[in-house]
Amino acid sequence: MILRLLILLTLCALPVRAEEVVAGLSQRQISISTNFDGSEILIFGAIKRQQAIDYSTELGVIITVSGPDEALTVRRKEKVGPIWVNVDALGVQSAPTLYAVSTSAPISELVSEDTDLLHRISVRSAIFAGMADQGVDGDAFTEALIRIRTESKRYQMNEGAVELTSDTLFNTSVSLPANLVEGNYAVRFLLLRDKQVISQYETVIFVRKVGMERFLHALAYEQPYLYGLLSLFIAIAAGWGASAVFRYVRN
Amino acid sequence: MQIYLPIAEVSVNAFLLLGVGGLVGVLSGMFGVGGGFLITPLLFFIGIPPAVAVATSVNQIVASSFSALLAHLKRKTVDMRMGSVLLAGGLAGSLLGVQVFNMLRALGQVDLLVNLSYVVLLGIVGFLMLIESVNAIRRSRKGTLITRHKHNWVHNLPMKIKFRKSGLYISVIPPLLVGLLVGVLSAIMGVGGGFLMVPAMIYLLGMPTKVVIGTSLFQIIFVTAFTTMLHAVTNNTVDIVLAVLLLVGGVIGAQIGTRIGLKMKAEQLRILLAGLVLLVCGKLALDLLLMPSELYSLGRGDGN
Repeated sequence: MILRLLILLTLCALPVRAEEVVAGLSQRQISISTNFDGSEILIFGAIKRQQAIDYSTELGVIITVSGPDEALTVRRKEKVGPIWVNVDALGVQSAPTLYAVSTSAPISELVSEDTDLLHRISVRSAIFAGMADQGVDGDAFTEALIRIRTESKRYQMNEGAVELTSDTLFNTSVSLPANLVEGNYAVRFLLLRDKQVISQYETVIFVRKVGMERFLHALAYEQPYLYGLLSLFIAIAAGWGASAVFRYVRN
Repeated sequence: MQIYLPIAEVSVNAFLLLGVGGLVGVLSGMFGVGGGFLITPLLFFIGIPPAVAVATSVNQIVASSFSALLAHLKRKTVDMRMGSVLLAGGLAGSLLGVQVFNMLRALGQVDLLVNLSYVVLLGIVGFLMLIESVNAIRRSRKGTLITRHKHNWVHNLPMKIKFRKSGLYISVIPPLLVGLLVGVLSAIMGVGGGFLMVPAMIYLLGMPTKVVIGTSLFQIIFVTAFTTMLHAVTNNTVDIVLAVLLLVGGVIGAQIGTRIGLKMKAEQLRILLAGLVLLVCGKLALDLLLMPSELYSLGRGDGN
């Protein structure tokens, strides 16, 4: 009974949705074919509202694109004697394979730390690191993970990349690197006022291998014996073929 | 031209891969080595994940070695009987090597151990070969005869067999052990093992240089084919597109290399191979000794 009352109270406390995100993507599906060399997606949308635009607080838009999560290990090298050796490691339970954040203004102006943690907006809060061992500085490892992936364009922070027109229309483009992993990529649209998320919308981009890429990948995992034999057959045929061609050319 | 590799899941330049394959092919034809010790580090450098690089380079060695072996078979420079004995040892060694590899992986230091074994082995082999070939050239300048049939402990072991092509009558135990060791290394280091087997055949077994290359290729083909299957079935890490690109360059290179090799003197070949082995050894040693630009590295979640 008390629980029901609580739920009722919370529902009443929720504000009426004054502004809402309506969004679109230039493509819903990315096909990884043999000549795949990265992709650029256009993201656009509008803010739907029933009343006049509220100018008392600044409106902000944040768009995140995140690839499938994976577990990984971050290792650190140290000099042991004359050589550099991996001395300690941090197991990261879950980190996105790709994470791009685009904002309409510097992120520190748009969200508070709490909001960031609650909605897992920045790259740092999207990573779930495991417990670090005694004496291991876990933060240095997560920073290293972000640094390495930022260099390879897997993690992007595009501050100010979202163009917001008349507080109503917005658009941005996100370039996805060539080393995309197959899977479902979540695209989140966050509408912010007063460092709080006031509206949220989420959609998915499907990244799939197609054609020969798909066929070979499936074969390698589902028929490994056949795949192995095929690899060997191609190798031997190529070796023999080249030999025959050279013999023919010489005669 | 960028091409997306289905298993490695990276996009790389196709011509770069053709070039790498071609370079390694020339060397494989010249020296009778599979070139794995060269191609595997090169693939790491291009940005192919290590597991895929190792498995695929092993598959690529099958192709370049096969084309070179055919050239040697035509010239009748393959000792089949010796090759079969080496092969028997090699297959057992490959199985053993996979066990050792998995054990090291559980310890979490597989990269370091692979790197160290590269440096130590390439260093020793390259250095010994260099000294030996310099001495050989000096001897031939002085006009003294090269005595190949030195009698050492190898000739006093039991179970002797006649290897007619090599002109040897020795025990099967030393070639079996050589094959075994090479098999272990091929599974751990992702190489054919020619850089180790060729000197062992010359210096330990006392085989004539001309049959050494063809015979080592014979052993390498079967051991690497076996290792390819092991990798494809247990780890799904053989990238067929990567392999095709490497081997198109490789088979052409191997044919050119075989011809260059036949025109050169055995001692010159050995000195060149020694130099190459030492070069790769030096590069890998520097990687271990110099401070890396990024102290942190990313690995898969299962501890690798």
